[in-house]
Amino acid sequence: MNDLSVSVSASAHSTPLPEAPAKVTARNLNFYYGEHHALKNINISLGTNRVTAFIGPSGCGKSTLLRIFNRMYDLYPGQRATGQLMLDQTNILDPRLDLNLLRARVGMVFQKPTPFPMTIYENIAFGIRLYEKIPKSEMDGRVEKALRGGALWNEVKDKLNASGLSLSGGQQQRLCIARTVAVRPEVILFDEPCSALDPISTAKVEELIHELSEDYTIAIVTHNMQQAARVSDKTAFMYLGELIEFDDTSKIFTSPGDRRTQDYITGRFG
Amino acid sequence: MGSEHTTKAFDSDLQELTRLVAEMGGLAERMITDSVDALVRRDVALGQRVVTADLEIDNLQRTIEERAVLTIARRQPMAIDLREIVGAMRVATDLERIGDLAKNMGKRVAALESDFHPLKLIRGLEHMTDLVQSQVKSVLDAYAAHDLPAAMGVWKGDEEVDAICTSLFRELLTYMMEDPRNISFCIHLMFCAKNIERIGDHATNIAETVFYMIEGQQMVDKRPKGDMTAFATTVPGN
Repeated sequence: MNDLSVSVSASAHSTPLPEAPAKVTARNLNFYYGEHHALKNINISLGTNRVTAFIGPSGCGKSTLLRIFNRMYDLYPGQRATGQLMLDQTNILDPRLDLNLLRARVGMVFQKPTPFPMTIYENIAFGIRLYEKIPKSEMDGRVEKALRGGALWNEVKDKLNASGLSLSGGQQQRLCIARTVAVRPEVILFDEPCSALDPISTAKVEELIHELSEDYTIAIVTHNMQQAARVSDKTAFMYLGELIEFDDTSKIFTSPGDRRTQDYITGRFG
Repeated sequence: MGSEHTTKAFDSDLQELTRLVAEMGGLAERMITDSVDALVRRDVALGQRVVTADLEIDNLQRTIEERAVLTIARRQPMAIDLREIVGAMRVATDLERIGDLAKNMGKRVAALESDFHPLKLIRGLEHMTDLVQSQVKSVLDAYAAHDLPAAMGVWKGDEEVDAICTSLFRELLTYMMEDPRNISFCIHLMFCAKNIERIGDHATNIAETVFYMIEGQQMVDKRPKGDMTAFATTVPGN
């Protein structure tokens, strides 16, 4: 009766999407806030045109990790990263790297919508002008394309000269996504993009993330586990600065391998 | 499962589901015993009580489904919690079918009441029922205790039930050939034997559900089959 060897199905979660080539790869990545060792030996790859979700309790390091992907931490003194972090063939941690170019390749959308205090049109055009000099006619096309990319065009096409701040919270967030898309990045980082939005705006942003994944590699940090389950292909669970488990989202949320992951996603933590 | 949820009410929801399944399981076990006792003793009233008890089982199944759906809607369960709830629904479906099969045997008691038949005809069925009854009990215990080895024991043990069912068919065929007055009674017993065998199959379904709940994966192995009743026959003079 002790023979428990039975075959199990090649279930839905073992064959979801084919493995995508790595876009961003971290190897033995460590991060320090002064003396505090915030990330410990992170090894992870974000697949090209895949959505990777980062979950974990507050302070686990998921936002920190996201902020390393575009070197946001450079803005603050006393913070340093060691190890290797590659964007294709570019070493993101290379001190000689042009940060403006890096942030054009790796865009970021924040928790709270942060439109510039200017017109909707200028919110988009501003970022493009930083990197490119293009004639007005072409700029109009780029702005429209970006706003369409942000699923906002139909709502704002008749008031492009209105202030970006006049939009609703959900629209502002989509404006920020459009602004990010406008400079044609390769990777988009979302840091809790829906935590300040109502359910309908949240659904629109989630739908947008799904559409954007056709063209971009996406990483999203979220406290909302259902959101991670809905939007991502892969999910990483982090705890106390360590990457505990990284697997297909369908596997993480139905049958996680690590006890700590299970305790966290089922609400048994602490 | 181990530690508790931060939301205590979620724990009570899950405990209540498990309790309802246990209650349903106890009822199903009693229905199996009563239906065969009724057959042995030609106790029409007891057979009727089994028929009535099936309503109770059906109600319990509805309650379990409603609560499971409500819990999914309210708590958005993940991982083991989700599997636990899906498991409760699946086990409830199997128990409801077990209830139907026992009810069917209960109904047959009335049809058998008038004739006299030697008890030896029914001994085989009793033996088979004992075995299946213990399978059902073991698998429900395994479900309650999340005991995977015990569940797998039931899963693998079904082969023996199937084998007994086949030999019982052969035995009943022999009685019918011996004396045509046995035919009507023996045919009823054959149906009952098939019902008991099906109950055994539901016990293995529950074992598979226990496997899924604990391991998070579906079993695909074919069960070892011993049921040859589709081919059972006796050749005169053999």
